[in-house]
Formats: sequence, structure tokens, C-alpha cells
Amino acid sequence: MLYPDTVEAEILVHKPWFVATMFAIVLLIFMALNMSGTSFAELMRPVIGEPSTSGLYGRFAIGFAIAVIFTLNVVLIGFAPLRLQIGIVWLELLLLFIAFFETFHLSLPFIREKLPFLISQGVVTTLYVSAISIVIASVIAVAGAVAKLSSNGFAYAIASFYTSFFRGLPLLMQVYLIYLGLPQLGFVINAVPAGILALSLCYGAYMTEIFRSGIQSIDRGQWEASRSMGFGFALTMRRIILPQALPVIIPPTGNQFISMLKDSSLVSVIGVWELMFLARTLGQKTFQHMEMLISAAMIYWMLSICLELIQSRIERHYARSKVR
Amino acid sequence: MSAEAIIEAKAVSKWYGQFHALKDINLTVHKGERIVICGPSGSGKSTLIRCFNRLEAHQEGDIVVNGVALHGKMENVAAVRSNVGMVFQHFNLFPHMTVLMNCMAGPMWVKGVSAAEARKTALQFLERVRIPEQANKFPVQLSGGQQQRVAIARSLCMKPDVMLFDEPTSALDPEMVSEVLETMTGLARDGMTMVCVTHEMGFARAVADRVIFMDAGQIVEEATPDEFFSRPRHDRTKLFLSQILKH
Repeated sequence: MLYPDTVEAEILVHKPWFVATMFAIVLLIFMALNMSGTSFAELMRPVIGEPSTSGLYGRFAIGFAIAVIFTLNVVLIGFAPLRLQIGIVWLELLLLFIAFFETFHLSLPFIREKLPFLISQGVVTTLYVSAISIVIASVIAVAGAVAKLSSNGFAYAIASFYTSFFRGLPLLMQVYLIYLGLPQLGFVINAVPAGILALSLCYGAYMTEIFRSGIQSIDRGQWEASRSMGFGFALTMRRIILPQALPVIIPPTGNQFISMLKDSSLVSVIGVWELMFLARTLGQKTFQHMEMLISAAMIYWMLSICLELIQSRIERHYARSKVR
Repeated sequence: MSAEAIIEAKAVSKWYGQFHALKDINLTVHKGERIVICGPSGSGKSTLIRCFNRLEAHQEGDIVVNGVALHGKMENVAAVRSNVGMVFQHFNLFPHMTVLMNCMAGPMWVKGVSAAEARKTALQFLERVRIPEQANKFPVQLSGGQQQRVAIARSLCMKPDVMLFDEPTSALDPEMVSEVLETMTGLARDGMTMVCVTHEMGFARAVADRVIFMDAGQIVEEATPDEFFSRPRHDRTKLFLSQILKH
């Protein structure tokens, strides 16, 4: 937490120098951009006449209008309470985003036609591959963390070799190595299990380090108290150390989950019909690439938002025993 | 004293690397006895009592607790630990569990006692340390003195034969020291065998059967409180007492 000072903070966006600088920068940027071909310029027609022949005056007028709107918007938002500010800024960014996609002239009927399959096949496969990989990776992470902290030379050597190797190779290469390499050893493996294996091993290696640092963050006194009461190692780990390490582990692990959800797109290269694969292939026949890519992008984003919400819920749950 | 010995340390030595932390310690604690160990910091007093439940390993000599010899074997260590309670300077309560659960955990997970039974015992001992109303709070919500009393109750729930106290009041605000000492005095009155590392000389005078003074890893002096405070034999003891009783 950034603990704010108790002095009355001056609102940055209401300081004259800031407002003036912001205004000037926006004005210059939009003058340099030459907006005379856009629909905004059409709106300005009553002031500047024919946009394409309005010259420097037209550019200045357009830039000036945009700068006024922009600055006024920022200054006004500055008056709102915190939550409202956050809401408005989110909404405005979202609208800009939608406006940006509007310029692609996407075919909505095409999206509507393909979306059910994108979800029933693509999203389901993506979720299924990542969910299984996350579970396996977590198990590997606990075992790896304990091994890396143990005084057993074999365990430490194996665990550190493992984390070093799998953190050191690009995930895409691991996917290929497992899918194409294992058959060389006589294990023919399907694309989906190969993808799950690659994701689990790679993320298990990263999460091993997260779990290790989480376990190490627990005070020595907790181990001593547990031992003094006769708890064995496994009991101490499961009931005392890991539950306390979780609040430390969860934020970076949530990050890993979100990142894995998206990295599961890498298994599309070995022909798994997950979201990314379908997004690339469904639009190919009719050259409607953007429709499918943008739909898939939005779906990835929404899934990530779900994970973010889950993460913040869990964090709030563990904050319980810290409240005074 | 003719009662049976609970802790017997014979010729115990311990090193941290090159540093000789405990030098040839011989000490017998009998059932029902209250022993206070004092001495300057770094004298090895905490190390000694931490050897009694093998939180620390000794390298030479024998420590026998309740007839079980302490050495590296896990089954011996486990047998001793579940019969020896320990209270720490920094409480070391489990912060993710309620006060009640802190007290129930040991009996349930180590001794296999049922939850209902463990709960009954826990409430009984929380009553005894006079904080039953805090049972459902988390440790951080309690004052230092209350936390230390919970720690005492937590140890008592294991029904130990002997309690080890490792500077139980050193981390407390001054006004909370007495509530913890009162709890400990009450325990002593009920006949609990206790080994306390403490600087609370008033407590030593009132409660201890024997006071042991350690310096530089050795037991320098061992006496009844009366003798210890009024007629200390060694110069080192006299110096120590003059310094801590000066104020």
C-alpha cells in the first residue's frame, strides 16, 4: 500500500501550469497529425470551411477544439470523487477503444455467426488446457519449493536444474520439443497432452520460485512454535507455513495464472483447436481476419478480468487475520 | 529434593561453528520444581532451554527428558516435544488461526483428540489465563500480554509435564508484564514443573526453588533465591546483580 500523506494534496490536474502544458501538448500533437481528412474535421466544417483546403488555419482550429475538449474533460474529472473518477476514465478509454475498432468496419453478422463455435470449441479448450496446467503447475511448485529449500543434495540439484532449464527456454520451443521430441524417444503424444505438459512444466518452474520465496517469508518462530508442540514437517508445512505463505504467494501466482491463460495460445502451433487457433483459421477462408482476432482478443481479456476478480477476492479473504 | 528427575543434562556442550556456546552443563530438574535461569545476554541461557526440547542440537553429553534420551532420532524428539511446553519471547502464535484454534491445534493434530474434546480443554485453559472472551479473535487483535497468555494456554492444552519459558516478558510493554507473571505464578502454585529464562528478579525471588546464573556458556552459580540474592558467592554474579538491581 502507498500510504498517502495527511497533508491536503493539491489536485494536479487543477494546477494552472499542468493544465496549460497539457493543453499545449495536445494542441501541438493534433496540429502535427493533420486531421483534415477525418469525420471530426467534417464536424468543424462551419468554422473552417472545406477541410481539405483550410490549410494551417484548419489544422489549428481542429487541434484547438480537441485540446479544449480534452483539457476540459480532464479538469472536470478532477472534481469527481475517487471512485467516480476511476469509473469515468475506464469508460472513456473503453469508448475510445470501441471507436478505434469501429474504423475497421468489422462485419458483425460474420462475428455473430462464428462466435458460438469460437466459444464452444475455442474457449472451452483454452480453459480446459489452462485449468489442468495450473493445477499440475501448482503441485510441481510446492514440491519444487520444498526441494529447493531442503538440505537434501539430490532434491536441491534436481529442483534447481529443473527450474533453470524450464525458465531458460522459450515456452514455444518447449511446446515443440515435447510434441516433436517425445515421439523420438518412443512416446507418441497427442497435441493436447503435449501442450498441457509443456505449460505445466514451464509454469511449474516459475511458480517454484514464487512458492519458495513465500515459504521463506515466514518467520522462523512459526517453525519453532510448531516443532515445540510436536508437529512434524508435513503437518507444519500444510497447516502452519503454507496457509501463511499464501497471501504472499497469491498476487504473483495470480499473475502467472493470467499469463498462462494467454500463453496457452502457444499450443495452437501444434494444432490444438483452442481460441487462438480458431481465431486465426475461422476468418481465413473469407479474409475476415480482424473480426475473429478482435473477438478472440476480447474473450481473452474478459477471461483475464474474471481471474483478476477471483484473485482480489482471495486476497481480501486472506487479509482477514491481519485486520486489527 | 527426592522427587523424580524430569530433565537431566549431563556434561552438555554445544558449539556454533567455532563458538563454544554451552560448556559442560550439568543440571537436573525435578518434578514440581521451579527453576529460574538468568545471566547476561549471550550467556547461553536461551540456548540451554532450547536444547531441552531439541530446538537446538547439543554436540556432547546427554539430555534425558522424562526418561527419553534426546538425540537426532525423530521418534524420541517427537515424544519429548509433545510433553514439553514452550513459551517464546515473541509469542509465536499462529496468526492465521483464531485464539481458540491456536489452542485446539496441538491436541487435535498431535494427540488425535476429538474437536469437541480439544475445544473443551482449550476453553478451560483460556479461562485459566483469564481471556476466554477473546477465543474467537485473531492474535493480532490482542495486546502483547494477552497474546503471551494465549501462548501459555496453547502450551498447557498439550498437558505438558514441564513448561519452558524463554524470556516470556522481554518483548512486552511494561504494564503488561505483571499479567503474564501472575499467570506464571498461578501455574507454579498449581505444581507445574517450570524452567524460566527471565530477567524478572521479583518473580525469581517469589516463585523459584532454585536460581541458576549462567555466564559465557557455563553455570556459574546455583542457589536458592534467598542465598542467591542476599549472599551471592561469585564476583560475576555480584556484578550482574548490582547492575540489574541498580535502578
